Amino acid sequence: MPRRTDIRKIIVIGSGPIVIGQACEFDYSGTQACTVLRREGFEVCLVNPNPATIMTDPGFADRTYIEPLTPASVLQILEREQPDALLPTLGGQTGLNVSVALAESGDLGRLGVKMLGASLEAIHKAEDRSGFQRAMVEAGLDVPRSGIARSVEEAVSLGTALGFPVIVRPSFTLGGGGSGFADDRAELADVAARSLAASPVNEVLIEESIAGWKEFELEVMRDGADNAVIVCSIENLDPMGVHTGDSITVAPQQTLSDREYQRMRDTAIEVLRVIGVETGGSNVQFAVDPSTGRQVLIEMNPRVSRSSALASKATGFPIAKIAALVAVGYRLDEISNDITGETPAAFEPTLDYVVVKIPRFAFEKFPAADTALGSTMRSVGEVMAIGSTLKEALGKAWRGLERPAADRTWAGADLASLSALGDPSLADVARPSEHRLHLVATLLATGETIDDVAAISRIDPWFVDQIAQVVEGARELIGRPLEEIQTDELWLAKRLGLSDERIGQLTDRSAGAVRARREALGVTPVFKTVDTCAGEFAARTPYYYSTYQGETETVDADRPRVVILGAGPNRIGQGIEFDYACVHAAFALEEAGFASVMINSNPETVSTDYDTASRLYFESLAAEDVLAVCRAERPVGVIAQLGGQTPLELARTLRDEGVPILGTPPEAIDLAEDRGRFAAFLRELEIPAPPHGEARTMSKARDIAARIGYPVVVRPSYVLGGRAMEIVYDDEELERFVGMAAEASPEHPVLIDRFLEGAIEVDVDAVCDGEGDVFIGAVMEHIEEAGVHSGDSSCQIPPATLSDDELDLIEDITSRIARRLGVVGLLNLQLAVKDERIWVLEANPRASRTVPFVGKVIGVSLARVATFVLVGRTIADIRADGIVPADRYHYRHLPSTSVKAAVLPFGRFPGVDTILGPEMRSTGEVMGIDVDSGMALAKAMLAAGHALPTAGTVFVSVANRDKRSIVFPAKRLADLGFRILATRGTAGVLQRAGIPVAMVAKVSEDADNVAGLIRAGAVDLVINTPFGRAPRTDGSLIRTAAAAAGVPCITTLPGAFAALRGIEALRGEPTTPMSIQEHHAAGREGPIQVRLTFDEAADVAGASA
Amino acid sequence: MTPGRRPTLLALEDGSVFRGTGFGASGEAFGEAVFNTSMAGYQEVLTDPSYAGQIVTMTSPHQGNYGMNADDAESGRIQVAGFVAREVARRASSWRASGTLSEALEGAGVPGIEGVDTRKLTLRIREQGSMRAAISSEDLDAVSLVERVRSSAGMAGADLAKTVSTASPFDAEIVTGPPSTDRGRIFRVAAYDFGLKRTILRLLADHGIRCTVYPAGTPPATIARGDFDGVFLSNGPGDPSATVYGIEAARELLGTIPIFGICLGHQLLGLALGGATYKMKFGHRGVNQPVKNLATGAVEITSHNHGFAVDPEGWAKDGDGHALTDHGRVELSHRSLNDGTLEGLRCLDVPASSVQYHPEAAPGPHDSRYLFDAFRSLMEAGT
Ligand SMILES: Nc1ncnc2c1ncn2[C@@H]1O[C@H](COP(=O)(O)OP(=O)(O)O)[C@@H](O)[C@H]1O
Ligand SMILES: Nc1ncnc2c1ncn2[C@@H]1O[C@H](COP(=O)(O)OP(=O)(O)O)[C@@H](O)[C@H]1O
Ligand SMILES: [Mg+2]
Ligand SMILES: [Mg+2]
Repeated sequence: MPRRTDIRKIIVIGSGPIVIGQACEFDYSGTQACTVLRREGFEVCLVNPNPATIMTDPGFADRTYIEPLTPASVLQILEREQPDALLPTLGGQTGLNVSVALAESGDLGRLGVKMLGASLEAIHKAEDRSGFQRAMVEAGLDVPRSGIARSVEEAVSLGTALGFPVIVRPSFTLGGGGSGFADDRAELADVAARSLAASPVNEVLIEESIAGWKEFELEVMRDGADNAVIVCSIENLDPMGVHTGDSITVAPQQTLSDREYQRMRDTAIEVLRVIGVETGGSNVQFAVDPSTGRQVLIEMNPRVSRSSALASKATGFPIAKIAALVAVGYRLDEISNDITGETPAAFEPTLDYVVVKIPRFAFEKFPAADTALGSTMRSVGEVMAIGSTLKEALGKAWRGLERPAADRTWAGADLASLSALGDPSLADVARPSEHRLHLVATLLATGETIDDVAAISRIDPWFVDQIAQVVEGARELIGRPLEEIQTDELWLAKRLGLSDERIGQLTDRSAGAVRARREALGVTPVFKTVDTCAGEFAARTPYYYSTYQGETETVDADRPRVVILGAGPNRIGQGIEFDYACVHAAFALEEAGFASVMINSNPETVSTDYDTASRLYFESLAAEDVLAVCRAERPVGVIAQLGGQTPLELARTLRDEGVPILGTPPEAIDLAEDRGRFAAFLRELEIPAPPHGEARTMSKARDIAARIGYPVVVRPSYVLGGRAMEIVYDDEELERFVGMAAEASPEHPVLIDRFLEGAIEVDVDAVCDGEGDVFIGAVMEHIEEAGVHSGDSSCQIPPATLSDDELDLIEDITSRIARRLGVVGLLNLQLAVKDERIWVLEANPRASRTVPFVGKVIGVSLARVATFVLVGRTIADIRADGIVPADRYHYRHLPSTSVKAAVLPFGRFPGVDTILGPEMRSTGEVMGIDVDSGMALAKAMLAAGHALPTAGTVFVSVANRDKRSIVFPAKRLADLGFRILATRGTAGVLQRAGIPVAMVAKVSEDADNVAGLIRAGAVDLVINTPFGRAPRTDGSLIRTAAAAAGVPCITTLPGAFAALRGIEALRGEPTTPMSIQEHHAAGREGPIQVRLTFDEAADVAGASA
Repeated sequence: MTPGRRPTLLALEDGSVFRGTGFGASGEAFGEAVFNTSMAGYQEVLTDPSYAGQIVTMTSPHQGNYGMNADDAESGRIQVAGFVAREVARRASSWRASGTLSEALEGAGVPGIEGVDTRKLTLRIREQGSMRAAISSEDLDAVSLVERVRSSAGMAGADLAKTVSTASPFDAEIVTGPPSTDRGRIFRVAAYDFGLKRTILRLLADHGIRCTVYPAGTPPATIARGDFDGVFLSNGPGDPSATVYGIEAARELLGTIPIFGICLGHQLLGLALGGATYKMKFGHRGVNQPVKNLATGAVEITSHNHGFAVDPEGWAKDGDGHALTDHGRVELSHRSLNDGTLEGLRCLDVPASSVQYHPEAAPGPHDSRYLFDAFRSLMEAGT
């Protein structure tokens, strides 16, 4: 049964911004799908507002709409494109939900658009928990006892009937959003309320809790002829009760016999049939009672999921690609297995290695949040590692997490290194936390038995025993001089997954010393191939992992090799944007005639797809692993500037080990990173920077603060995402934050800068070549003032208010810094503009978070340009090839406006204040683009999940310094017919300005107060600028209420003005969405209103060059 | 790591030698080195008589995780000559476990070796083909062990079925309990035991078939006298062409009574139909093998364990591609999607069919169980 002929044009629905529970894996799947569908000759349109994705690059679809993923906005695109079919199953839960809405509204039917993969009915059966439970029971499949509730009352009575504890599970959600356990009626009432709100269909499942059982997942692939295969089995090391996304997981499953496993396999395939998933990948989750073997179904997701990305990387079976092919009619036996080239995709991969995934959390960024792990997913990223045994993979995955030094190693043989945990007791492992490995290891080290630890942690004894073996291995080495440790002991230690750093701790030496000794004794890893078939057939794809056993399998590349260091696990501050840059480097290297060698440990990404780079090493980015690859590959150079901070910090080590680093030399990197030396450097160039000082002691800190004057910004050096960074208004606050900052990176001093209050912040992304020629990608003007982390603030291109003179000056500063630093490749500059002056906040000689955004806006991938520069080309000849626009001011002259807005995870951390600050907390970003700048803003907010109201009630409460400036926007809103609510102070000011305003009580003043109104849904927009940052102030209560109720909440004045522009645009004429390809074409047409003539431009250029 | 670790060698005919740690019984074992790619199911593999005389390597790293239990044995004892693993669990974790893997091998006097680069070993076998091999914890001299491997006897021409078959006939009910009546009429079948797996008996019983199990060498006349509804030719070890009595039996019974064969039984049927068998380079051993049912076009994920196969080329074909045999037209019913190997036969002019792979799985997927119903239909038609 070959490809369908009734379809010509397919629209693919993306997954939107990176949020907890939905990350890069959907860029990976979308990219695969678009690529293969186009290869099959289909015309492909894509909708996804996430600019940081590879899939939204103009080359991956015929027309790419960087537009909000709301039914209304997608409908506009459908009307315009008139596609034959829509692919709903590759855009995560978001894509699925939008598609469902459009199917239910009848629009798909009206427009004759077919849904591929899963029918509306199938999606309903799978996604609404009631439908699923019913279908399973009818099919005679076992599920936990449960009932459906549509109100808190129903929920409570159900729970009482079932018997506590129960779990509440909302329908149509992802990452366990809104779910939770309840031990009694009262608790059930809150959880149910939250959960009902979280479910788009206001439906929750109340279910008997089987927390503590074993949890498994199967990834199933089915074609239109009802051929079904299991691509991968995944076993959770953590028991039921911890969301799979937050669990340490292992592939293949380890503790079920074939008899039990085959029963699970039969059920999984039966589930797909019962649900009616005609084609494609699905994920089926099971729980197993460890004492009886009873197997029950937890859920199924009728779509590509986070686990399917993991499964694809773990097995070499490209689920998304195959899902797309079967969706358009192919049968599994008509599709070939790329890895072997000779066998069909109709088979079940078999693994001769073990894969471990460990989630990466970011609790340090949300101090107020509860850190116990539960049914709601809160990890922000994950690492995957492949090893010959579970122990090897576990060790590698752990070092891939890039944890703070304190818990970077976990084999708890010496308690000293675990001081962080105090001395734990058995009871501590009863409560799952991100420290469970440490806890288990430490308890075993202190003599608890495997059975006791297993019984209390509910981690299967087989896993506990594996950890015990590592602990025993570590104990063999503890306290011994490194030189005395014999070769075979070192082999053993490495096979147990002990990192050089860990062996160093045990023998009281540095990781470097251990590495040197190892290499001297020839204890180095070999590389084996991921081949889907455990060696039964020869593999053609160079997809490797390291292991400390046996013979190596790497084959030499025919071309000179360049290694690209990836970004490792997603975390706040270092996410998909960096993967985007690495992927572009791989493509560009191929163009330039090199073999690209990718090293990365993040299974969600496009970079770890086996056909992105010419060679893939699925390895952690720890020095020992990266060096091992470099020793094996002998590259002509390593690219360390695209993967964010992680590779940047490896640059010096690599160079010292004789590995050539391409582009900006490590010295220059250090200079830029060391804020003290960088300040001096700026002074030399006579470029203003905020008054600044460095302190290692508290008293020194106080002196500096006194000298430069409050408010000041305190931060540690060498951090990304503004970690532990604070704005401090007096000595007492200073005490606190200097402490925190020192903790975040003890080896470095604490930096204190004058805080430029009310300054406009600006980002610049540029590429500098070996001859000092600089290409300015774009200057971005932030919407929020300096003080809100660049990663959390919104910004726009072309800049909204900066004059050409200011822009020229900014470009000139950028060029001078680039040249003097000796930057070769990318440079990101952050500046503040205040009272006619321009201050440099920091320079990052690497790819920045905004590189993909700029790329989407100007239609040029900076990462690509940078890669060409890194392999020796000049900007001039790149420009001559037309890759870089001829107009040096291209970004200023664009006919449409693009706005980047951040997406914050506050919904997942109830009770955490939502005000923005210098510490970055966003997980992702969206882009709004439109010829009308107000509309671009509105789209960005809509895409970020904060639909601006066009009518209704606005609540205003601002800090005194903002009271005067709020009058205008408030007046305008009132004129537009909004009802204005305000707290006493603000209300007074507004009344005096003659604006009709109703006064509401502050939370502290009265029981029925504004927070109550917000919860009751009586408020459509909140404008609240912070006074002071204390936790339980009115402000914070109002903001958290807004976050909980999902009411858009604007916390800065410029944000309020922007929102106003957005609202005005929304009330005006609707504009038709344009594809990014059309925007780029229009951009190349040149300026609509040129601000400078070309001669003038040339002059300025001359002047600044 | 564990105190008292026992240095052990694995030597192959091609001269490659692997050093590891012994588990199970100490001592020495010679046999044919093969690899199995299924990720679970070591107990079924170890106890499957078809593995008699073989040193089996599992490609999956961790073996013994869930221990050994009473239900998963495919025969009364461990059948493999030796067992090779990357790592063996030191404790069994399962509510069903009654002991550990290592204890079981020790009890059976079968030596095992762990700590081996099983992938390297697998690639050797893939490249060189199945080889003679030995595991030894006694002769730790690589050169001498390789020499002794080279002078040991191989699989080709080996008649092993007799060595694993039952000594005297018995009623399968003692293994399976009474046959199911869900499908109505109960059929009586004579099952030739060339190395019969228990799961086959269980499935026959589940499909309403009462079996009497006969020793491999039972003369067909004995069976003919037993007024059975059908004959089953079981799986088993060794070279089919050396199993002459089996071929004889098949040839005599063909056309007189419905026959169903699995694995070795399939090869014997092929030979009885005047076909030929050949030794494959390294065979198929695993549970992820895609087989196409040429009649329906459906893909079955199947369990394989065969080092020999039936060569369909020897037969002349008619216009529909049916083989023209001594017993009339035969449909080539199943093929491997990986390498095209013939995986099934269906006689069109006499009531007989067979598959090269294992519809009973154990270990493996259950995609092909319909074949037991097919056997029933064959018998229904035959009466
Ligand atoms: N009945 C239950 N008892 C205990 N834990 C459960 C139960 N049902 C689900 N869970 C836990 O909640 C997690 C999330 O549930 P799931 O339905 O998978 O949410 P999502 O669809 O967001 O992945 C599961 O991974 C599992 O650990
Ligand atoms: N001197 C300053 N005055 C005002 N705001 C500042 C100052 N220094 C930093 N900031 C704010 O803090 C944010 C984070 O600082 P930055 O140096 O970019 O940290 P990171 O290196 O983590 O990105 C900046 O985006 C800016 O908004
Ligand atoms: Mg789900
Ligand atoms: Mg789930």
